[in-house]
Amino acid sequence: MASHTTQEHTEVVTTLERPVYADMSVEVAPDPAVPALLIEHLTKRFEVGNRRKRKTVIAVNDVSLRMERGEIYGLLGANGSGKSTFIRLVSTLLSVEEGRVEVFGHDIARDEMAVKRLINRVSVDAAFFKKLSPAENLMYAARLYGVDARYARSEMVRILNRLGISSTRINRPLEQMSRGMQQKVSIARAFLTSPVLLLLDEPTTGLDPRSKLEVQEFVEEIRDQHDATIVLTTHDLEEAERLCSRIGLLNEGRLVAEGTVEELKAGVSNGRPGGATMHDVFMAYTGRSLDDDVEEPANDDE
Amino acid sequence: MALLTRELRASYAFVERNFNLSKRYWGWEVAFLVYSVAGALAVTLIGLDQDNARLILSLMIGATFWNYLSVVFSVVAEQISWERWEGTLEYTMMAPVRRVSQLFGSTVFAVLWGLLHTSVVLIVLVLFFGIDLSRADFLTAGVLMAVGSLSIIGIGMIAATLPLIWVERGDQMVFVLQSLLLLISGVYYSVTILPEWMQVIAAFSPATYILDGIRLGLIDGAPVTSIGFSHLLPLVVMAVVFIPLGAWIFARAEAYAKRTGKLKRVG
Repeated sequence: MASHTTQEHTEVVTTLERPVYADMSVEVAPDPAVPALLIEHLTKRFEVGNRRKRKTVIAVNDVSLRMERGEIYGLLGANGSGKSTFIRLVSTLLSVEEGRVEVFGHDIARDEMAVKRLINRVSVDAAFFKKLSPAENLMYAARLYGVDARYARSEMVRILNRLGISSTRINRPLEQMSRGMQQKVSIARAFLTSPVLLLLDEPTTGLDPRSKLEVQEFVEEIRDQHDATIVLTTHDLEEAERLCSRIGLLNEGRLVAEGTVEELKAGVSNGRPGGATMHDVFMAYTGRSLDDDVEEPANDDE
Repeated sequence: MALLTRELRASYAFVERNFNLSKRYWGWEVAFLVYSVAGALAVTLIGLDQDNARLILSLMIGATFWNYLSVVFSVVAEQISWERWEGTLEYTMMAPVRRVSQLFGSTVFAVLWGLLHTSVVLIVLVLFFGIDLSRADFLTAGVLMAVGSLSIIGIGMIAATLPLIWVERGDQMVFVLQSLLLLISGVYYSVTILPEWMQVIAAFSPATYILDGIRLGLIDGAPVTSIGFSHLLPLVVMAVVFIPLGAWIFARAEAYAKRTGKLKRVG
């Protein structure tokens, strides 16, 4: 059993380590000496409301952090705290006007294409052409990311099988799959392109307990067997505690605390019997429960 | 060279994806094709009702080639709204693909799909009306379609930015723009019957030159050399202007969308 598991791990690791951009490897090869992700004073403002009542909302407010290669960094925050905006900024889906973002030494504002080649993102909603099959969606991704088509065809089967999706299902439309299965395909799609920085934006939100566990186990495997660098945003305190080497707490766009689980708990324990929980940590730094919703500003552009 | 190969592969991703989507939505594709054929037949039957062979040909050309131009325009112009509707816009925009490769892939598919669609319409019309095209100069029609497609693609690229900037109203604007092209370009009539101010606008529509030139080629057998200055040159100029302009405007619109968070929203 143990050897079987090891073999599966090896397969995953092989996938991640295989060079995809043979023609561009020099241009984008990540230097292990530089941080995987370096954020300095990152701020993102949006103008919201109509012309008569326009106001500025600061979604991410002066955030600075540094991630080393091989880390899984958890970003915890309530709805509307700025987690997804942060992920979108790093994914190049939002432009950086204030502050600096570097991915393996590549400045996102100056060298966007190099950053794009190094990252991939799994969003909370599995963004697919739902009428297309997993195979068709993954082949589309492979071509966009310059992965050889023959290699992609064999690898997608292997990764999907590893995630519990049988070969017989990969040619059926995604809309016939459960939400959990779709999210697994989304993760498989990200791994197919061998990102060195993986952005997981609430990958388990809305999944049934079993699917959630399977996704978490897969992320654990990556953590244990490979030096993949992952940013994981989540609502789930247990998930963050289980998977992340360090955690940052976002509240109203600000990074209000950062550290390992032990450091964060120690910081708020105040001699509590049995020590503090992550919920205590969250309450102490943000003054609210993680389940509290913050209304996202409506961007009425019409 | 490696970069070019890689970008061409990325362009092919859009061609393959769109063909796959068309296959999966085959029911709708058949429905649209039937509608196009029925519409073209209905319009061309007006010529039969008037017992006017030239009118039949003129209407047939208008219906058929407008079908081609509108398919090309729609595919290019609606690529953003289509992806937004599917929920994949962010994924595509995040991929390491130059926007020009994305637009090129979409336009290659648009032209291939437009040709396929229009061939079916044309075959049905020719068979239905037993049209004699023995005098036709097909080279003229082919050259005008090829060169004219480029300028239509340029306008389509400009139109595609509308849903990027205005998430909900952008689609409506594209629809209005397409309707105006239909009105001013002499699809079913000569632009000379339009009010003078509309004729001025018609001079800026590539469809005006494409349709009129194809009519001259297919009905009167005019060789392409005879309409070089009057029809071909304006189309070349429009292609040279509209395609780079479309790419530039698209880049500006994308930057605006990234600054304001418009890629995220589902309209």
